Amino acid sequence: MSYSWNWAVFLSPTPSGDATYLGWLLQGLQWTLLLSLGAWVIAFFLGTLLGVLRTVPNRWLSRLAAAYVEAFRNVPLLVQLFTWYFVIPELLPRPWGDAIKQTDPLTQQFLAALLCLGCFTAARVCEQVRAGLGSLPRGQRAAGLALGLTLPQTYRYVLLPGALRLILPPLTSEFLNIFKNSAVASTIGLIELSRQSQQLVDYTAQAYEAFIAVTLMYVLINVAVMLGMRWLEHRTRIPGTIGGK
Amino acid sequence: MYEFDFSSILGALPILGHGMLVTLEITLTAIVVGIVWGTLLALARLSAIRPLAWLAAGYVNLFRAVPLVMVILWFYLIVPALLSDVLGVAAGSDIRMVSALVAFALFESAYYAEIIRAGVQSVPKGQVNAAYALGMPYSLTMRLVVLPQAFRNMLPLLLTQAIILFQDTSLVYVIGLADFFGAAYKVGDRDGRLVELVLFAGAVYFVLCFGASLLVRQLQKRFAT
Repeated sequence: MSYSWNWAVFLSPTPSGDATYLGWLLQGLQWTLLLSLGAWVIAFFLGTLLGVLRTVPNRWLSRLAAAYVEAFRNVPLLVQLFTWYFVIPELLPRPWGDAIKQTDPLTQQFLAALLCLGCFTAARVCEQVRAGLGSLPRGQRAAGLALGLTLPQTYRYVLLPGALRLILPPLTSEFLNIFKNSAVASTIGLIELSRQSQQLVDYTAQAYEAFIAVTLMYVLINVAVMLGMRWLEHRTRIPGTIGGK
Repeated sequence: MYEFDFSSILGALPILGHGMLVTLEITLTAIVVGIVWGTLLALARLSAIRPLAWLAAGYVNLFRAVPLVMVILWFYLIVPALLSDVLGVAAGSDIRMVSALVAFALFESAYYAEIIRAGVQSVPKGQVNAAYALGMPYSLTMRLVVLPQAFRNMLPLLLTQAIILFQDTSLVYVIGLADFFGAAYKVGDRDGRLVELVLFAGAVYFVLCFGASLLVRQLQKRFAT
């Protein structure tokens, strides 16, 4: 084999001279983490809200949430990202669109990717929350209301705490997905982890090292998230249930 | 406000149609290979031979931990170079389509393997014991007793995964392959009508995927009764 391995490439300085290639990768990792965690916050709160709307006794609210889910689930993530990045600034009133286009490109890319991933994942979280709420015993809602709690209070103090615990395993896999999906942001030029791997190939021609390092970083993120969620699942168990202590 | 002009779509229909063929080709290949290879992986993962089970689990977990974009790039930038290094064959002039087909088939197999494993595990154990009691060997038990029931149970999930796969094929954009979305993007870029073309592509995907998911739901209802 004619390929010459060179793991030291990560320590050599980049052409601009202000960082090493390892520094580039870590910077990419930072963007991947920032983007995914930020998008997860949006997805979790918006998704929970939508999931609650799917189950409230109001037909219009529940239809609205259902329409949201269908719209965001049946269009590819890449198309959604291009819509956020290329289409929406054009469709906004001209002064707003111009204001967006004058901001720093990195900010534009990051915001578009953040909103895109957040809204995309919210549709998935919504379906999980709805399933969780649906699998609670029917008496819980009735009991909450009979105690004099308002409907929002019933959701806040009775239904959601139970439902969110139930759906922790599927939420874990959505949380893992958001990190993987964040790689799509490389298509609009955001310099996250997978983009940096391509840059490293372009600059150093040490393709194997770059790809192995980046793949390992994704695997590490995966393992870290799984351990974290296992801990969370353990922490939030309800004593007396089958999964409890 | 923005002034829409959808006229460039009409002239571009042949290009978009060709793109859709590429999309369908990748989707169908990945479904067929994914289900066959996924079934083998699932059986390997459930097998009593430990090393085989570990290998299959490693394969599935690795592919499920890595973003699809990275997998596509692996099979475009790294694997062809590796093969030409090892085997001494020159890389072909345009390997994008082959890379995409291989990447999607191997990637989807990991996801199909998990669905199929759950399907096999949903078959009551008595079925396997009954087959063994009748004197059937492992291969016949799987082929005639377990897998037909398992596939019947997991058909809706397999189809839903196929819809997701159909959407995911748009990611071949990262290697510049002109699938349906890639073609739409190129036309939009060429004519300065990116807004219309991206919206049009989104609408087409929505209609196809929403229609397909309604069909799957119908099917699920019929199977449930």
